[in-house]
Amino acid sequence: MAAIEVTNLTKKYGPLEALKGITFSVEEGEVFGLIGPNGAGKTTALRVLSTLLEVTSGKVTIYGYDLVKQPEKVREIISYLPEDAGSYKNMKGIEYLRFIAAFFHADRKDQMLERGVKIANLGERLEDRIDTYSKGMQRRLLVARALMIQPKLAILDELTSGLDVINAQTIRRTVKESAKQGTTVLLSSHNMLEVELMCDRIALIDDGRIVASGTPQGLKAQYHAANIEDVFVEVVR
Amino acid sequence: MSSSLGNIIKKEVKELLTPSTLIPIIIFAVIFGSLGNVFGGATEGLSEPPKIAIINDGTGGISQFVEMDMTARSEVLYNGTDLDQAIQVVSDQGGTAVFVITSEFDQNITENKSGVIQIYWILEGSGLLDGLTTEAAAGMLSQVSYDLSKAIIDSHYTDNSTVILEPINATQTTIYKGTEMPGVTPGMILAVMSSQSFIVPLIVVMVVIYAGSMVVTSMGNEKENKTLETLLTLPVRRTYIVFGKLAGAAIVGLLLAAIYMVGLGYYMSSLISGATLDLSQYGISLDLLDYILIGISLFLALLSALALCMILGIFTKNYKAAQTMTLPVTMLALIPMFVLMFSDFSTLPLVAQVLVFAIPFSQPIIAINSLMFGEFAIVLVGIAYQTAFAVGAMFVAVYLFKKDILLTGRVKSVEGKGKRSSRRFSLNLGWRKKKV
Repeated sequence: MAAIEVTNLTKKYGPLEALKGITFSVEEGEVFGLIGPNGAGKTTALRVLSTLLEVTSGKVTIYGYDLVKQPEKVREIISYLPEDAGSYKNMKGIEYLRFIAAFFHADRKDQMLERGVKIANLGERLEDRIDTYSKGMQRRLLVARALMIQPKLAILDELTSGLDVINAQTIRRTVKESAKQGTTVLLSSHNMLEVELMCDRIALIDDGRIVASGTPQGLKAQYHAANIEDVFVEVVR
Repeated sequence: MSSSLGNIIKKEVKELLTPSTLIPIIIFAVIFGSLGNVFGGATEGLSEPPKIAIINDGTGGISQFVEMDMTARSEVLYNGTDLDQAIQVVSDQGGTAVFVITSEFDQNITENKSGVIQIYWILEGSGLLDGLTTEAAAGMLSQVSYDLSKAIIDSHYTDNSTVILEPINATQTTIYKGTEMPGVTPGMILAVMSSQSFIVPLIVVMVVIYAGSMVVTSMGNEKENKTLETLLTLPVRRTYIVFGKLAGAAIVGLLLAAIYMVGLGYYMSSLISGATLDLSQYGISLDLLDYILIGISLFLALLSALALCMILGIFTKNYKAAQTMTLPVTMLALIPMFVLMFSDFSTLPLVAQVLVFAIPFSQPIIAINSLMFGEFAIVLVGIAYQTAFAVGAMFVAVYLFKKDILLTGRVKSVEGKGKRSSRRFSLNLGWRKKKV
C-alpha cells in the first residue's frame, strides 16, 4: 500500500487556483521531496495533505485513509512541521514536548518524551523557557516535536529554512534516521542541494502543476543536467 | 480524547494567565479599593458633627440659646472672643467654619428683624469632597435656625409651633409595578433599584470584556506565534480545540473580572449610600431559585460573548489586531448597560425592547429586575433565547475552525501574496539566466 496517493488534486483560494490537478504517490518509508519556487504550490500541497486546507477537487489517501472523509484518522498518523512554525513561548522546552505527547496514547507518552529529548539534543536548556532559545534551538525542538511521536508520515515544509549549516546538517541527519526507522517523509524545499541529499524521489512543481518527477539521479540523467536546479530550469523552460 | 480537552484548557490558562495580564488588573483593583476608602471616609464625615468655632458677641438670652444649640450640634474647637485666634484654631485642627453671633443679634430678633451671624468658612481645597464638610456645617445652621423659629413661635404666638412650621404632613404611599408600599417615596425605591441596575450590568460588561478579550488574544497569539497550524494537525477534534480555548478564556476572564470587581465593588459601595430601604418587606426580593436563574443567565451571556469573540478571533491576524477585535462585542455589552441603567425594560418603546432583548448580554440585567417581581416568563424566554444564541454562535465557531479561512484569511490577500512571491522568485534567483 502506498503511503500517499494523490490523484488530480486541485486547490482554489477563491478565484486563484493554487494547485491545478497534481498527481503523485509516495511509498512507505520513502523520503519524497516537492521542490519548486516560492508560490509554486508546495506549501499549499503540504497543508492540504496535513488536513489544514480543504480539498477543492481530486482524491487524496494517506495510508488508505480518505483525507476528506477521515481527516481525524489521518491526523493520528501524521506529523506536520510548517516552514515558519513556532511554539508556545511561555512554556519550557520540556513542557512543550510534554504538551504535544499528551495528545497521543497515554502508554506511549513517556517513550515519546524520551525520544523527543534525544532528538532535540538541547540538554539542560530544555528546562528553559522557549523564548530564550535561538532560532536553531527552536527549530530543533520543533523537529523533535514532529518526529518524537514516530508518525507514519512526516510532512516537513522547508525543513532547514533560515538555519546555519551546522544546525541544518544536524536536522537533516535526524530526519534521515527517522526515515530509516520507518517514517515516510514528504518534504518541500527550494534548496536543491538539500533535496538531492535527502530525497529518494522528487517531484518538481511549478505554477500549481507537477512538471517532472523521479529519482534525483534519474532526472539529472534524463535532462542531461549537472544538478537538480538545472533540471528544474530545463523542465520549466 | 477527553484528556486532550483538559490538555488544551491547561495550556490556555497557562498561556493567558501571565504576570502581564494579572498585574495591571491587581493594580486597578487596589487603586479602586483605595479610592473607595478615600470616598468612604469623606462621606462618613458627613454624618459626624461639623468642627467649628463660636464667637458669641450677643448680649441676651436669644444669642445664648443659639450658642447652646450650636454647641450641642457641633464639635466646638474654640469658643471665645478673638476672631483671628478662632480662625487659626479651626484651620489648624481641620475645622470648617467660625460662627460669629453679632452683638445686635438679640436686639434685631426682638425688633422682628433677622439676627445676623457672620460665618468665616475655612476651605482647604476645591474638590467635591472638600465641600462636603461645609455642607454639614450649613445643615447644622439650618437646624439651629429651625429650633430658634420654633422657640420664638412657642413663646410669642402658640404652643403648637409645628403647625406653623410644618402645616402639611404628607403621608406617602408608592405603588411600584402593582405593589403598594406605604411610607415609601419613589426616590427611596429608585435609590435601591439604581444601585442594582448599576452593579449587575457592570458585572456583565466586565465579564464580557475580560473573557472575550482572552479568547481573541489567544487566537491572536496562536496566529502570531505560528502555533495554530501545529495544533490543528494534532489528533484532537476541532470541537475540543474550540471548547478548550473557550473554557481556558472563561476561567482566566472570570478570575480577572472577579479581581476587578472586588476593587470596583468596594469603590461603588462607598459611593452608593442611603439605599437602605429593605424591599423584601413588600415581597420584592430574590430567593434561591431567582439567584439560580440569574446565574444561568450570566453564564449564558458569558458563553455567547466567548463564542462571538472566538468567531472574531478566527479573522484576526495577530496579537495586535486581536486587541481591537473585542470592540464590537464590548459595544454590544455597553448598549444594554446604559439603556437599562436609565430606563426600565418594561417602559422602553417596543422597537427598543426588541433591540435590547436581541442582545444576549441584556438578559441578566432584565432578569434581576423581573425576578424581583416574580415575572418568570420573560426570564425563561430570555434564557431560551440566550441558549439558542450561544449554541448557534459556538456552532459557527466550530464550523469556521474547519474552514480554510481560519488560516488563509481573506482570499484577496492570498492571491496577491502568491503572485508577488512568484514574481520575486523568478526575478531574484535568476535560474534562467544561468542557462542563457
